[in-house]
Amino acid sequence: MNTTVAPLDDVQTLIVVGNGMVGHHCVEQLIAAGALARYRIHVFGEEGQRAYDRVHLSEYFGGRDAESLAMSDAALYEQAGLTLHLGVPVLEIDRARREVITSKGCFGYDKLVLATGSYPFVPPIEGAKGHSRLVYRTLDDLDTIRAAASQATRGVVVGGGLLGLEAANALKSLGLEAHVVEFAPRLMPVQLDDHGGAALKARIEALGVGVHLSRATQSITQGEHYRYRMNFAGEEFLETDLIVFSAGIRPQDALARQCELELGPRGGIAIDEHCRTSDADIFAIGECAAWNGSVFGLVAPGYQMARNVAAQLCGQEAEPFFGADMSTKLKLLGVDVGSIGDAHGALTGARSYRFIDEATASYRRLVVSADGKRVLGAVLVGDNSYYDTLLQYAQNGIKLPADPSSLILPHSEGAPTLGADALPATATICSCHNVSKGAVCSAIDGGCSDLAGIKACTKAATGCGGCSALLKSVFEHELTARGVAVDKSLCEHFAFTRQELYAFARVEKIETFEDMLSRHGKGHLGCDICKPVVGSILASCWNKPIMDPSLVPLQDTNDTFMANMQKNGTYSVVPRIPAGEITPDGLIAIGAVAKKYDLYTKITGGQRIDLFGAQLHELPDIWAELIAAGFETGHAYGKSTRTVKSCVGSTWCRYGVQDSVQMALTIEDRYKGLRSPHKLKFAVSGCTRECAEAQSKDIGVIATENGWNLYVCGNGGMRPRHAELLATDLDDETLIRYIDRVLMFYIRTADKLQRTSVWRESLEGGLDYLKAVVIGDSLGLAAELEEQMQLVVDRYECEWANALKSPEKLKRFRTFVNDKSADPDIHFVTERSQRRPARAHELNLIPVEEIAR
Amino acid sequence: MSQANAFMKDMTHTQAWRAVCARQDLVLNSGVVALVGNVQVALFYIACISGTPQLFAVDNRDPVSGANVIGRGLVGSLAGDLVIASPLYKQHYRLEDGTCLEDPSLKLRTWPVRLNGEVVEVGVG
Repeated sequence: MNTTVAPLDDVQTLIVVGNGMVGHHCVEQLIAAGALARYRIHVFGEEGQRAYDRVHLSEYFGGRDAESLAMSDAALYEQAGLTLHLGVPVLEIDRARREVITSKGCFGYDKLVLATGSYPFVPPIEGAKGHSRLVYRTLDDLDTIRAAASQATRGVVVGGGLLGLEAANALKSLGLEAHVVEFAPRLMPVQLDDHGGAALKARIEALGVGVHLSRATQSITQGEHYRYRMNFAGEEFLETDLIVFSAGIRPQDALARQCELELGPRGGIAIDEHCRTSDADIFAIGECAAWNGSVFGLVAPGYQMARNVAAQLCGQEAEPFFGADMSTKLKLLGVDVGSIGDAHGALTGARSYRFIDEATASYRRLVVSADGKRVLGAVLVGDNSYYDTLLQYAQNGIKLPADPSSLILPHSEGAPTLGADALPATATICSCHNVSKGAVCSAIDGGCSDLAGIKACTKAATGCGGCSALLKSVFEHELTARGVAVDKSLCEHFAFTRQELYAFARVEKIETFEDMLSRHGKGHLGCDICKPVVGSILASCWNKPIMDPSLVPLQDTNDTFMANMQKNGTYSVVPRIPAGEITPDGLIAIGAVAKKYDLYTKITGGQRIDLFGAQLHELPDIWAELIAAGFETGHAYGKSTRTVKSCVGSTWCRYGVQDSVQMALTIEDRYKGLRSPHKLKFAVSGCTRECAEAQSKDIGVIATENGWNLYVCGNGGMRPRHAELLATDLDDETLIRYIDRVLMFYIRTADKLQRTSVWRESLEGGLDYLKAVVIGDSLGLAAELEEQMQLVVDRYECEWANALKSPEKLKRFRTFVNDKSADPDIHFVTERSQRRPARAHELNLIPVEEIAR
Repeated sequence: MSQANAFMKDMTHTQAWRAVCARQDLVLNSGVVALVGNVQVALFYIACISGTPQLFAVDNRDPVSGANVIGRGLVGSLAGDLVIASPLYKQHYRLEDGTCLEDPSLKLRTWPVRLNGEVVEVGVG
């Protein structure tokens, strides 16, 4: 009996036949388990390349080369004791002599692992040959398809399953008009039900891929308009230049047949739960193996078998293989498709919830147990964001929420999402590499402190990558749970958050940046992060004119010059047009200014007029004229109140129920000049038709028969968020008081540059909490918030009017301190009758014109 | 006295100084721009703990956008260096030597600059 380490002459020979993903994984696991101390290992691969990622094969046509698809560095196979024979197929196995026979000679083995995979099934069809009988399995196959495609305009894939759709994607990326022909009445018949198949078909057709269901190809003949004609039953046909067969796989069990190993009833090398074949020294893993009569055509079960065999061969405890979860999450032709467990609801008593959205071709089905307590399966088409949560419910038997349908309904506020903390330690995070939540936690405890480290250490999210988002959330949650301090310092000068600095300013009555820095910060100057933040806090608290000498150096350039800098260094100017209401004289005045200074004019989304192309030294003159015409600054440059958009309301509109313009004017007049953590947008609609789009604004007001409904914390932009209804049927006075409270509470508690939408999502307790604070006055703050707002309102003055009164402040509005000329490097060209900045390639044409002037 | 000496010494080293504006034109802890010949020079006047504010002269042209906007950026200190942040795409440049902190291949030109009494002078030549 061997006790510890085998002496050198006792080293056995282990042969692995097949260097696909599973064979490779087995070798990796063997090395990790120390197999090279016991075995000299020979690996035989039929293909010329070392193992590559077949799951992402279609990316080969999207620009990835063979090397980037490779599963490992070449160095892995260059270790002593490990030999990789590429392009050397094993021809026969002689079990009596314990040898494999290859074209390069015979190799004796002590242990043999068969990982020969599968081959594509091509149904016997008359006339199928050459370019009408292509397959999609290996890199060589792909090269053949690419060559065939070079003379083709249309390509057909036979088979509408997972691999067939992958192949269709490949044809599409080769620039062909792609069609899919499927024998079954729906796409992906194994993973999807009828509704799911229909949704997937609609989406794929929308991508320009033809889908032909319930069609069996009977023969292939010469085509009239294309190279081939595929003839279906009933005189139907489809013409094409090439045909790829992807109608399923068959286990590659030829060697097993030849050496008379036991086979499964439908093919495949029969194995037990230890992946042993009928010969105790021969194992079979991956798609060539049949456990309990079934072949598993996914990579995760193959990896599971590989781990099992590697552990056994190294004398370690191995987890037996008792079948595998065939749940899968894919992006096929860019369409999310997910299938979990009992997708067809075949188990006794299974009941389903279904969500169907025909407008966007989205479909979700949740299959639950008869007692309604557990998830049995699910089908997803169009949006896989539901997948991780559903899979965790299914795999871990987590008890369903009271309303199971909420798990598949469109995401909305309050829908229960399964947080990282709800998962048990045994929950599988990465099924490719069988990484549990517990393993991720141990890696963190072992010192992994970033996501990349976790991936390297556990291999989680390095297989198909489908669990990346889940891994990240588990990782972050666990870090927080371990009390790892996330550094929330504003910058190197302040080890505080914006909220903390705000509290200092109010409590200690701090009115200058220098005071704040000397009391709570480091250094004497600050930086471009902390200066604008503190400047904004001081303005929110005390509302002193931002052009006060002590405040000037704090502002970002737009606040400093009270205009918005554009790409060529010129500014845009936006006068306030309250509620979007403007007189003809007002329009003429703006037009006259724009004309005089040759400014590009454009109507903004907030019902105002933006004037572009002003140089620094022109700003005071422009504003002097605008102010003389009755305008005020629009604060378009500040993190402050921007606009209050409105519809015409009951004054003109036959549907309007309240005077929305008057309310918008009241609101804009009250909050103009209010500085806040980020910009603030408002809108008032005169009836439920909502023409002012108030529900996409920070503060949205919608008229009702009885008053006003107040919506808060909406957003357009990059991450749109629907505003939420805070209170209904308010009278004018209560409406304003509630807005005062919401805004001041936001200004007090939000982080720097945090819009109301993100702030609201960060509030623990959510909308109910906000309602409690604003309506129920649960913090006893209401009066203080209103009072504070009143102070800011009372101190309002137009910053531009203020600046124009002070020669000292105007000093700054000089392009050059020592010269009256304009910036000679600013050039414009005319386009659509207005000027715009010249583009780089237009510049060399311009100087001539400038000199001529 | 020492300033006068420095002035004399610089003259012997053929450092030519050109008066560009008055101290009154500068804005403490912020920038202004002067035209020196046909070059736009951004002048920053930074308060110092020790008393006398420091003066810096760097190129007004932002190498990233190609626009003449550096003088309108925000000054600050980062890891001990005095820096100016470009107002367009927010890169930081060291006032001392013009090096960009985010991309060392970018650099603003810098010039010697001094106060001669109430006159701001930039070293040219």
